[in-house]
Amino acid sequence: MPSIAKPIATHPTLQRNALGLTIRDYEGSMSTLCAGCGHDSITAAIIRALWELDTQPHMVAKLSGIGCSSKTPTYFLSGAHGFNSAHGRMPAIVTGAAAADRDLLYIGVSGDGDSLSIGLGQMCHAIRRNIRMAYILENNGVYGLTKGQFSASSDIGSKSKRGEPNRMAPIDPVRLALSLGATFIARSFSGDKEQLVPILKAAFAHRGFALVDVVSPCVTFNDHEGSTKSYKHTRKNTLRATQADWVPPQSEILAQISKSGTTSVTMHDGSVVNFSAVPKDYDPTDRRKVAAYLDDQPANAVVTGLLYIDPNAPDMHELGQSSPTPLRDLAYEKLCPGSAELDRMQEEFR
Amino acid sequence: MPARWSTLDIDMDVVNALLDEKFAGKKALRESNHKALLLGYQYAKEHFECPLPFRLEKMDANKDKILIDGNTATALGAIYAGCTVAAWYPITPATSVMDGFKGFCEQYRKDPETGKNNYLIIQAEDELAAIGMVLGASWNGARAFTSTAGPGLSLMNELLGFGYYAEIPAVIVDVQRVGPSTGMPTRTQQSDVMMAAYASHGDTRHILLFPANPNECFHFAVKAFDLAERFQTPVIMMSDLDIGMNDWVVPRLTWDDSYKPDRGRVLDAEDLEKKIGKFQRYNQEDENFVAARTLPGVSQKGAYFTRGSGHNKFGGYTEIPDEYQEVMDRLKKKHAAAAKFIPEPEYVPREGAKFGVIAMGGCDPAVREALDQLDRQGTPADYLRIRGFPFGDVVERFLAKHDFCFVVEQSRDAQLRSLLVLETAVSKEKLRSVLVYGGFPLSSRHVVQGILSQI
Repeated sequence: MPSIAKPIATHPTLQRNALGLTIRDYEGSMSTLCAGCGHDSITAAIIRALWELDTQPHMVAKLSGIGCSSKTPTYFLSGAHGFNSAHGRMPAIVTGAAAADRDLLYIGVSGDGDSLSIGLGQMCHAIRRNIRMAYILENNGVYGLTKGQFSASSDIGSKSKRGEPNRMAPIDPVRLALSLGATFIARSFSGDKEQLVPILKAAFAHRGFALVDVVSPCVTFNDHEGSTKSYKHTRKNTLRATQADWVPPQSEILAQISKSGTTSVTMHDGSVVNFSAVPKDYDPTDRRKVAAYLDDQPANAVVTGLLYIDPNAPDMHELGQSSPTPLRDLAYEKLCPGSAELDRMQEEFR
Repeated sequence: MPARWSTLDIDMDVVNALLDEKFAGKKALRESNHKALLLGYQYAKEHFECPLPFRLEKMDANKDKILIDGNTATALGAIYAGCTVAAWYPITPATSVMDGFKGFCEQYRKDPETGKNNYLIIQAEDELAAIGMVLGASWNGARAFTSTAGPGLSLMNELLGFGYYAEIPAVIVDVQRVGPSTGMPTRTQQSDVMMAAYASHGDTRHILLFPANPNECFHFAVKAFDLAERFQTPVIMMSDLDIGMNDWVVPRLTWDDSYKPDRGRVLDAEDLEKKIGKFQRYNQEDENFVAARTLPGVSQKGAYFTRGSGHNKFGGYTEIPDEYQEVMDRLKKKHAAAAKFIPEPEYVPREGAKFGVIAMGGCDPAVREALDQLDRQGTPADYLRIRGFPFGDVVERFLAKHDFCFVVEQSRDAQLRSLLVLETAVSKEKLRSVLVYGGFPLSSRHVVQGILSQI
């Protein structure tokens, strides 16, 4: 793969978005991951979602930890600043970056190793703070980069490549997020682009922490018979709970949605998430109903879709009542009290 | 008490004013205390020889001084430096730095136009996260800091190495306490120095500042932000419990309104517009071996990948030895170049001095008193108070000039002495130690005894 360079020329008939950019303008470097890796499909979905959203590439910051999935920010949006941090530490870095500038779109890419073991604490607290970011957890049930150890999302009974079964209970990021008060929770599958792209668009529009747990099979270490995160097992056991589509603000489709009576949720920026398939008694804005629904499904079902959303919860900046101007852009004169004030206030220290 | 006041000939108006202050809301107590005061005063005047041979005299020798603790002064420094993001985890004795910062933010950082806060303080879930938040905010162009103590700094080692290698500014205040491990959280020590200088695995070196009192805590805090952004690297201000949590009489803090924050080498939109070709993050360093950086959210032309993994001067991933070493060698020179920007040591020579005495931080008052005493006893010594790391020419010359020097410090393993041996041309036989590390602030008699016993 790395020996093949990307062509420089763009096909003249390639479609352009509202910014006049083609989808190629949202790509990054050539992937060095294994052929058939689920992560590359997710990367393609991210690229498509950003292109369809007319996102300005430089207004995105893409961050990751360490692992195969954490390599992927290089493979999309070369026009955006990237940050490949330490293992499990991406949530803290994003929190600081978001604190400095509330206007950028933050995309955090992580894996089940990075997020559910060493990074478990940081992910949980980023959820609690409701940092405005899209957190894409590329979940393959294995430590790919270090060659095949079980991860914390490995199901009981799932077998390693050597045939060893995992005996410890898995951590389910969706259930965990639900109990932590996450304001946007989705699960999808790297092989289901039709479902994943709208979910990503909604995640990018969400004004808070958007968890997208994507089952993303590892062809080299966890795609064998006996693995519960293989392509075969996932396709067989996927249960599409909801199908959600993201509708931009001020579009003609909005009018149609309000008439048709389907479940739709209005986001903070005026866009709408429209659910075209929602099971009976399922309310994606009711945390308890979502939990009950998940409890009711068969044990090995991989429940997918945009499962929970709260578009109104305040994010970190709302909670902190912070300046509408990004903190990093505030003029120094606004921040320094000056010498006269220093003289005056020191009287209290006498 | 009142008897003593009349025998000392104290100014009664002052005493009455103090009583009024103390019992401000309690009329009954105020009145009864005033009565007791008067009765005692009169009794003493009638029954004792007043005033005694020694007495109190009203004066204003502290006219240009204030009474303040180091942590409050540090927080004030962060405000004046224009810091907008703070992330922290509570730990004794550093917590009051953030308490102070929060209070000053509430006082000075509510925007009169928007009514919103021109700051964000995040109580992190641990120190691993706190330093991550500081790095993320600094990477994205805000001035950010954290305050902690030894155990927290231990946790921060991993990302301090990241900040060093990826060249990201960060300001860390370490209010040192007794270690190792949980140690004695309410006692003072200077035993984080080696860890702070070399924090993290691999070849790393950090910029350190050693304030000696709350006045320096204020000024050095401001300096820390300038250094961090100028050199694109973590800067650790090594305070300690004695300085941080006690009230000290220090000279009034002063501020030059012409101060402009040194944001370091940052290419803005205009610079990038003129740029041809891909931005090369770690290339074209200046005379201080610092390469220009860019901020997210400005221009596609400035986009680059920040990584802790091996990288070349273009900012690309590398495993090629020469490319890796080229960057690492520049980082070593960059750290050394910071010596010219660090506060110079304080040099106090004495006529006839036969040896030198070196100290840092809160040891200063006791060392000065000890040197006065030694001078009177006929043993004058030159004094050098080191105020930061890397060490510069002044330190080297002081070491070269003396046949031997005492390094007075508060750690069992003589950490400042160790750092001097590693980082200067001095031969270690020339350095003798005076070590006082039981947890109490330094006393001059320890210094005098320690020196006299070794000459």
